[in-house]
Amino acid sequence: MAKHKTPLLDQLESGPWPSFVSDLKQQAEKRAKNVEGIEFQIPVDVVDDLLGLLELSFKQGRTHWKHGGIVGVFGYGGGVIGRYCDQPQMFPGVAHFHTMRVAQPGGKFYTSEYLRQLCDIWDLRGSGITNMHGSTGDIIFLGTTTPQLEEIFFELTHNMNQDLGGSGSNLRTPADCIGQARCEYACYDTQDLCYDLTNEYQDELHRPAFPYKFKFKFDGCPNCCVASIARADMSFIGTWKDDIKIDQKAVQAYIGGELVPNGGAHSGRDWGKFDIQKEVIGLCPTGCMVMDGKTLKINNRECTRCMHCINVMPRALRIGNERGLSILAGAKAPILDGAQMGTLIVPFIEAEAPYTKIKETVIEPIWDWWMEEGKNRERLGELMKRQGLQKVIEVLGVDPDPRMVQEPRSNPYIFWKEDEVPGGFERDINEFRKHHLR
Amino acid sequence: MEYQEAKDKIVEELTKKLKTKSKFYFNDLAKIIETKPRDAKKIVNQMVTEGILEYWSSGSTSMYGLPGTGKQASAEGEE
Repeated sequence: MAKHKTPLLDQLESGPWPSFVSDLKQQAEKRAKNVEGIEFQIPVDVVDDLLGLLELSFKQGRTHWKHGGIVGVFGYGGGVIGRYCDQPQMFPGVAHFHTMRVAQPGGKFYTSEYLRQLCDIWDLRGSGITNMHGSTGDIIFLGTTTPQLEEIFFELTHNMNQDLGGSGSNLRTPADCIGQARCEYACYDTQDLCYDLTNEYQDELHRPAFPYKFKFKFDGCPNCCVASIARADMSFIGTWKDDIKIDQKAVQAYIGGELVPNGGAHSGRDWGKFDIQKEVIGLCPTGCMVMDGKTLKINNRECTRCMHCINVMPRALRIGNERGLSILAGAKAPILDGAQMGTLIVPFIEAEAPYTKIKETVIEPIWDWWMEEGKNRERLGELMKRQGLQKVIEVLGVDPDPRMVQEPRSNPYIFWKEDEVPGGFERDINEFRKHHLR
Repeated sequence: MEYQEAKDKIVEELTKKLKTKSKFYFNDLAKIIETKPRDAKKIVNQMVTEGILEYWSSGSTSMYGLPGTGKQASAEGEE
């Protein structure tokens, strides 16, 4: 029997999609029955009260969560988000309902044993409600009380060798795609770079000193499975410098139907005979492909790494051999100024451990600039927009590159700096007056 | 700037502003001690470790404050 009546929430279960309300009800019942005999360390009816509180919010059209708080584990300024309810008498189970962020394993590779350990900790010391995974990519534990925080942190770090993730004005938990572990498109070892930078920048992850949040995301290829180009303040996207490798026999096998396109991903329906002209060559955004008799030719200089041809014919076309990554900066969601995609700041850089060049010539100069010049709550992308790409190039100490520019300039004004103008801005006024009267 | 001097300056400034403000951005603290962010971070972290400052987080933004300060019921006209 539910503790609170929830007619409005019940409606949410009537739609065609799985409902979080059903999940919460199931969890509330599980805690009430407690078949496993768990010695719950926070109120047993936490989930019932969460449902009750949400129902009240729906009824009144106002929230009952207070904003933020002073919770955390000792020495960490991130990873725990304080949440308190302003109706603790009515809903004592959620009087404290803090969120904990836990760093996810690289590429989200889990063992069932590890998942069980996570669930065991959270059933014992929290509400048992998780968010796998948050949009940052980390494991999110929803709902616990202040005294449990240090206990959970101890168990995570000592028994599971796992750390908290980032929240607040910190480096957020870095997230990567599955990379070379399972994907032949990966141009660099995303998991290694992600792990390396996570360890290298522990201080930035746990002790907030940035103007606002900062996200790293790692995509092994331009397919961008973790959408770093749209979501990360700094995205690392695998690419290659040389030519796409072509296996002409396999191209013919696709044309002849012996190989199924897209690795069979669309085989649930009959799409007719594979048409390379219509389905590959005609869809190339730069028109850099052509069939010359029975030979497929690619003008690699024009390729913008859209990945479509490789995705359709993975047995025939493969990424090049000279591999590395491109770095883009400034992507963000639309709180201010609208959403922004990343801007290319480094067209190509080698991705070999220990990644010193990436750290010392890209990440750290960008951080130094942003920490000094960024306004409070200003994302890197907003600072880039405010001070301009020219400034970013200056900070990085690189030459401008056409690949950094999205479109030709429409602004006719050019603001020269003194050192860019022959002779500078100083002039001999007497010499000037010889030709121009006062 | 020496740690002790920086600490005194931060505590003095934050105490002065307590009537209007109890939470401060990291940049506000760096400005008080007129130090570059990376050096200021070391000082501010040391102060947090010693319990002179404490973190406050909304989840998306982090701020710093003197422990135990903040909007009290009386400040909002409540008993």
